[in-house]
Amino acid sequence: MFRIPCPHCGPRNRTEFRHIGERGSRPDPRATTPEEWRGYLYGQRNASDWTAETWYHVAGCRKFVTMDRHTLTNEIRPAAGSTATVTDDGTPR
Amino acid sequence: MTRSRDGRRAGPAEPPSHRLPPQPGELLDRTRPLAFTWNGRAHTGIAGDTIASALAAAGVRVFSRSFKYHRPRGIMTATFLDPGVTVQVGDEPNVRGAHRRLVDGMTIEAQNVWPSLRYDVRAANQLVARFLTAGFYYKTFIKPRQLWPTYEKILARFAAGGVVSRHSSPGYYDKRYAHPDVVVAGGGPAGMGAALLAAEAGAQVMLVEEEYELGGSLRWGGAPELAVLRELRAALEAAPNVEILVNSVVAGRYDDDWVSIVQRGLPHVDERLIKARAKALVVAPGLIERPFVFEGNDLPGVMLGTAVRRLVNLYAVRPGRRAVVLTANAEGDAAVTDLERAGVEVACVLDGRRGQELRRAIGRGGLTSVELADGRRIDCDLLVVSTGWTAPTSLLNMAGGQPVYDSVAARFRPGDDLPPSVLATGGLTGDGSVEELVGHGHAVGSAAAAQAGFGSARAPEPLPMHPHPALFRAGTHGMVDFSEDVTSKDLFSAAAEGYDSSELVKRYTTATMGPSQGKLETVNTVAVLAEATERSVADLGTTVWRPPYAPITLGALAGRIFEPVRHSPMQTWHVRHGARPLVASQWIRPDHYGDPQAEARNVREGVGIIDVTPLGKLDLRGPDVPLLLNAVYVNKWSKLAIGSVRYGVMCSEGGVVMDDGVTGRLDTERYLMSTTSSGAAAVWEHLEGVLQTEHPEWQVHVTPLTTHYASINVAGPRSRALLSRLTDVDLSPEAFPYMRVRTGRVAGVDDCLMWRIGFTGELSYEIHVPASYGLHVWTTLLDRGQDLGAAPFGVEAQRILRLEKGHLVVGQDTDGMTSAIDAGLEPLVKLDKDDFVGLPELGWAHERPNQPRLVGLQPVDGRVVPAEASQIVRGTKEIVGRITSSRMSPTLGRSVCMGYVAADLAHAGSTVTVVLPSGQRIDATVMPSPCHVDPEGRRLHA
Repeated sequence: MFRIPCPHCGPRNRTEFRHIGERGSRPDPRATTPEEWRGYLYGQRNASDWTAETWYHVAGCRKFVTMDRHTLTNEIRPAAGSTATVTDDGTPR
Repeated sequence: MTRSRDGRRAGPAEPPSHRLPPQPGELLDRTRPLAFTWNGRAHTGIAGDTIASALAAAGVRVFSRSFKYHRPRGIMTATFLDPGVTVQVGDEPNVRGAHRRLVDGMTIEAQNVWPSLRYDVRAANQLVARFLTAGFYYKTFIKPRQLWPTYEKILARFAAGGVVSRHSSPGYYDKRYAHPDVVVAGGGPAGMGAALLAAEAGAQVMLVEEEYELGGSLRWGGAPELAVLRELRAALEAAPNVEILVNSVVAGRYDDDWVSIVQRGLPHVDERLIKARAKALVVAPGLIERPFVFEGNDLPGVMLGTAVRRLVNLYAVRPGRRAVVLTANAEGDAAVTDLERAGVEVACVLDGRRGQELRRAIGRGGLTSVELADGRRIDCDLLVVSTGWTAPTSLLNMAGGQPVYDSVAARFRPGDDLPPSVLATGGLTGDGSVEELVGHGHAVGSAAAAQAGFGSARAPEPLPMHPHPALFRAGTHGMVDFSEDVTSKDLFSAAAEGYDSSELVKRYTTATMGPSQGKLETVNTVAVLAEATERSVADLGTTVWRPPYAPITLGALAGRIFEPVRHSPMQTWHVRHGARPLVASQWIRPDHYGDPQAEARNVREGVGIIDVTPLGKLDLRGPDVPLLLNAVYVNKWSKLAIGSVRYGVMCSEGGVVMDDGVTGRLDTERYLMSTTSSGAAAVWEHLEGVLQTEHPEWQVHVTPLTTHYASINVAGPRSRALLSRLTDVDLSPEAFPYMRVRTGRVAGVDDCLMWRIGFTGELSYEIHVPASYGLHVWTTLLDRGQDLGAAPFGVEAQRILRLEKGHLVVGQDTDGMTSAIDAGLEPLVKLDKDDFVGLPELGWAHERPNQPRLVGLQPVDGRVVPAEASQIVRGTKEIVGRITSSRMSPTLGRSVCMGYVAADLAHAGSTVTVVLPSGQRIDATVMPSPCHVDPEGRRLHA
């Protein structure tokens, strides 16, 4: 049961978090088509690879945490360009 | 003369004992005899015996009947995994008889026998064995279909296993979280060595051993082995930072070295599940002796070399009178020496290293002779086989390591692909003398401690792998999986039918799917399959080893059940006044106080009060709250005035109705949002999600206040009269219109909030009281309202009242696919807003003009109250809707409903057919609006 390095709480069991899902890029709702929008909502890349995701620390600080996770090994690394993200060595920021 | 349950006549004394004089390493305390019964017959054992050793000492040879063919079985491995010695102890089924220690007064019975162990009728299965080969249920008992219930009853009688009693007293199981630095799985020579040196480096060590004492194979060794054992044991017991758990097993290794351990033998605890986050895991399970495949290899009297060594040395039991031995390694050789010392006549020793072979074991109900490869027959009652080893690499596989087949040593060994925190030592990794095994353990223990941050260590020198002949099957066919009754012939047949990979053959034949989970069977299965398909063991590979490594009871997994329960501050009052409890997720709410119809009538005619404390309440503060409200609700919120309250509906990004409630503005930058009770946590998370991930630039603080306030709804035409007796706030319709919020003092309590909303359709005020005063305000309302007929009403009455008014309940009148448009909320949806949650799906609703719509319905016969979820049909086959809410209306004296009907039927006056659960069909009329009572809302706006 892997650990997630929460930027506020440090490394915690993944059962303290709720998996929100892959971070896709949200299309502009005013300019999008049904196919593109539903692809964003329901389609997941679901690759055996590094995946950009969001988790919610429901049993801890209740902050949304973004990260990249390798779905095969559960290795975690910081996500690019988010405000609340895990750090390289897992220490809280 | 009566027959005991093993079918034998109750005779005079017990049969002659097979107990030997005291042995140097024996586990017995001969000063403590223990009494027990076996199939109703009384026997005596000695403290330290296992169930199997005590029975073997008493001369018992047949312990059970096998799963499918009901063949008699006896001791084969004398370990936890021994497939033939699973017994029923009292009301506990499936006890591993060769592991479980004997306890005074135990009542032990054979399993899977009928009527008795000796005369098991189901052994008749052997006569039809041809039809019961592996996978037979894919080909038999199929036609005719009408007989399936009969087949099921027949097959159930033949299902194996012990008996579960409904009257067992509940056990106590609990859990523990641990954070050891190093976990060592296995307490043999290498495991003990590893634990010692890891502890010396300063690490906190947990040493877990499956048997009741440490030592592994040292325990049945000679004097030098016993000396090493004593030394290691003493050192470990003296080490303050080593926790030793015996009769316990490491059941699994998960990501980041999350390790599960089942601990048994604690006083007053049946089993404890330890969840440990280790920094390093040392895997030292030793080697498991593998059976040899030949005709008759499952007869009672056929045993492995280590079984004989255990019986003689640990339990002082003579395993037979006259033995034939097939040995291919040092352990088998040592078994010969042990037999001779125990006074067993060793009639013949076959050396597997020199190509000497046997062909079959012969006997009915037990071994009587062995036929050698050259045709000679030797009479004997014991056949000892030591033809090879299986490496239990499971925990390593769970860590991602793939075992590698070593054809020189004829067994699998760990690969080089383990994560740095998982290390292997001892016989699992190679061969050597006791000193070499302990030395390897030392080196690995230091490495593990270094991995955990204690000291430093060189990479351990690997142990060599000694050559061993590759002996899997004699020339004849025999049992491969003793628990599932799968023979090598079955495997050949399966391969011929095309099941030619390890994974396929496992699933088709069920080989390796028994209680030992493949530890005794996998390598032989793969070897026989390799033979049948002319490939090599290395090519085929084993099946995947998954947790748990050893069986875990459901009790240990469940542990103690903690279910938090939430009460409002008024709960004691509800209980005292006969409220029937309603469980609403964690909350206990009053469903009604005896007569919900009367409660509802009292609200319409006078005044009632209801405890709605579980209602979700969220405090929202900051300059950007209107932006948040516009984003999460489908309607518009920019112009909500201070003191006003508005109803809102929240949808998901897919346009599906998620929650509803009212939000009021208390001050310039202060709002209070209410949500449904079951949605309180989800809506909070949703708001935080929007603020944190979509709009971190918005300045809004969200604080949940659900349990900060007790909430009471005072409803009915006399509610103003009642409430005005308790508060100075001006309640006149001009000063306090519908959909407004006021704060003030109620019943002497400051900082109460009141909003005037109308879920029940009556003049009503919802009061939010600081929780510790909730009961006071509740009782004051009832006291001061006696002359007005004030009475409590519960959730059921509220459901009736809101249904009469056509107010939907999210989750009752909507489901996971209902969009706001389907639910009749289109007027609320403002598509010209900026981006909000639910756009653009709600804008595309016109794509699906035929979606069923939410409407009000009244059964033509007003006495019929259709069950909720009754289907609405057109003709005989087309489902066009369903009833979502349905009650008898006390106000109208007839039934009223809400439900979905297809768009072309969803207009006032059309008649639809409702199918009740009994199959009866009734007619119902679609109403002009979901609101059945006071559609103009005159009472609301009073």
